[in-house]
Amino acid sequence: MTITAELVDYISTLSRLKLPQEEKEAMTVQLERMIDYVDTLSQLDTSGIEPMSHVLPLENVLREDTVQPSFPRSDLLKNAPVPDGEAFLVPKTVE
Amino acid sequence: MTDLLELTALELGAAIKRGEITPTQAAEAALEQMEETKKDNAFVCITAELALDRAKTVEAALARGETRAPLAGVPMGWKDNICTSGIPTTCASKILTGFAPPYDATVVERLERAGAVALGKLNMDEFAMGSTTETSYYGPARNPWNPDHVPGGSSGGGAAAVAARSCWYAIGSDTGGSIRQPAAYCGITGVKPTYGTVSRYGLIAYASSLDQMGPLARSAADCAAVLDQIMGKDPRDGTSLDVEAGELLGGLSGDVRGMKLGIPAGCFGEGLESEVGKAVLAAADVLRSRGAELVELEFPMMDYVVPTYYIIAAAEASSNLSRYDGVKYGWRAEQYETLTDLYQKTRTEGFGMEVKRRILLGSFALSAGYYDAYYKKALQVKGLIRQAFDTAFQACDLMLTPVAPTTAPKLGESLSDPLKMYLSDIYTVPVNLAGLPGLSMPCGFDRAGLPIGAQLIGPALGEGRMLNAAHAFQLETDYHTMCPAQRGGRAK
Repeated sequence: MTITAELVDYISTLSRLKLPQEEKEAMTVQLERMIDYVDTLSQLDTSGIEPMSHVLPLENVLREDTVQPSFPRSDLLKNAPVPDGEAFLVPKTVE
Repeated sequence: MTDLLELTALELGAAIKRGEITPTQAAEAALEQMEETKKDNAFVCITAELALDRAKTVEAALARGETRAPLAGVPMGWKDNICTSGIPTTCASKILTGFAPPYDATVVERLERAGAVALGKLNMDEFAMGSTTETSYYGPARNPWNPDHVPGGSSGGGAAAVAARSCWYAIGSDTGGSIRQPAAYCGITGVKPTYGTVSRYGLIAYASSLDQMGPLARSAADCAAVLDQIMGKDPRDGTSLDVEAGELLGGLSGDVRGMKLGIPAGCFGEGLESEVGKAVLAAADVLRSRGAELVELEFPMMDYVVPTYYIIAAAEASSNLSRYDGVKYGWRAEQYETLTDLYQKTRTEGFGMEVKRRILLGSFALSAGYYDAYYKKALQVKGLIRQAFDTAFQACDLMLTPVAPTTAPKLGESLSDPLKMYLSDIYTVPVNLAGLPGLSMPCGFDRAGLPIGAQLIGPALGEGRMLNAAHAFQLETDYHTMCPAQRGGRAK
C-alpha cells in the first residue's frame, strides 16, 4: 500500500511524535517498504483461526488483599525532570 | 591473572569457595580487563566502587558460611534495561538520561542473594530494538573478535564483555533473539528461557508478550547455574509461571542417547551462508556421535515469522513506550509551550530513529482501519506458528537451527537497510512468538575467524533437555572455551 505524508502525520500524532521534515520523508519511504513486506501475511488464509494473545494457558492471578508499602513520594520525585517537592510539574493545561 | 580470567563462572565460583581466589581478587581482575577492552564499549556504566564493596560483603558472607550458591562472588553485568536500585538504568536511550530506579528487578534481587558481584550496566540497542548494538545513545559496542564488526544485539554489550573476559556472565533480555544472536556473534553461550519462567518485574518493557531475560555465559553449565537462581514464580509478574526451579545444573548429564534432534530443512536453505549451515549441521553430527538421533522436519511457517514478529513487537512497543513523556522520569525537552508540545518534543528528540520507526509501525498496526489487517492478522499467524512447533515437537525432542544467517556483519552495514536487518532475525523470532526456550552455542568459525552459533529450541519448559544437549556438545568440542586473544582478536 502507498504510505502518504498525511498517514505518517496521523500516526505521528497518535504516537506523540513530530518528525522534522527530513526525518519524515525518510520515514515515509521506510514505512512503506516495511508495510509492503509485512503484507506477506495477507497471503495466508487465517479464517476461523483465533488470534493468540498468550502462548501459555494463563489464568487470572489473584493475591491476598493485604496492605503493602508503596514507594516514598520523595524517592519517586527524585527522577522527575521538574518536580516541586510534592508533584510533577507540567505546563498549565486548563485556563 | 590470565588464568583467573580463563575460568568459567562455575570454576571461579568453586575456586572462591575453596579459598584459592577471593571475590575481591576476581572483581579487581575483571575491572582491569574492562580497562584493557574499553574500546569495545561494552559497558555504559561501570560501578567499580560498588563492585569492590560488594565483593567484600560476599567474602564475609562466604566466611560465615551464609552463602552456598555456586556462583557466589563471581563478577557479572546487567543489561542496561534491567532496573538496579539507585544505579542509572537508561536502556541506552537519551530519553532515560539520569533515571535511577527506586527498586531492583527480581532477577537482581535473586542473583544478589546468591552472591553476584555486579560490575556495571551493559551496552545495548536503544530500548533493545536492534540487532547490532549500534542504535545505542552511548555509541556502538564492538565485537571482541574483530572491532570492525558488530557484537550483535540487542544484548551486544553483554556478549562482548563475556567474550572479552571482562565479566564471567551477563544477564540480557531476548524479545526476538537479543540474547541468542549476540551470543552467536561473540562465540559464547546464551539462553532465552520459556516465557513466564523468569520474572519480568524490573525489566523495562519493549514487547511484553515476548520479552524474557536470561544468561549470556561461557558454557551451557554456567547458563544452567544462573538460570537455577533466576527462574521461578514471582508474584510481582502476573505472567510468571509456577514452575519448579533450581535443578538445571544438577541435571546436566551429557547423556543424549535416544534423543531425537529435529533438523528443519527450511532453516538450511536460501539466505543462509554456506559456512554457517555447514558448521551447524556438523554440530548435529557431534550430537549424533553421542547417541542422538537426527530427524528431518518440515517447518512450514518460516516465510511468515519475521512479519508476524515485527507487527506484534512494534504494536506492543508503541504502547509500552507511551510512558516516556518527559514528566515522571528521564529527560525532558528544553523548549516547549503546551503539554502536548512538551510530550512531542521530548519524544521526538529523546528517541532515536529505530525506536521511532517501531513506534510508528506499531501505531499504524493498531490504528482504526488497519487493526484487523495487521495486528489481529499477526496474532492469528502467531497461533499458526505455535501449532507448527507443536507438530514439530511430536516428531522430535529438540530442534537444531542456525542462530543467524551470517556471522557478525561490519559496523554500519545493517542500519542502512532496516528491512534487511529485520530479516536476519528469521531463526530466532519464532521461538519468542511461541514462548519456547532457545539456546545459542558456539559451533565453529568462518573464514574471517568470526564465531558461528547453533540454536537449540526446546518445547515449553524444556530447558533441562536443551541445556543437557548443549552440555553434551560442549563436552565433545572446545569452541566455547576459545577467546578472541587465542585467535588474533583484540581481548588480552
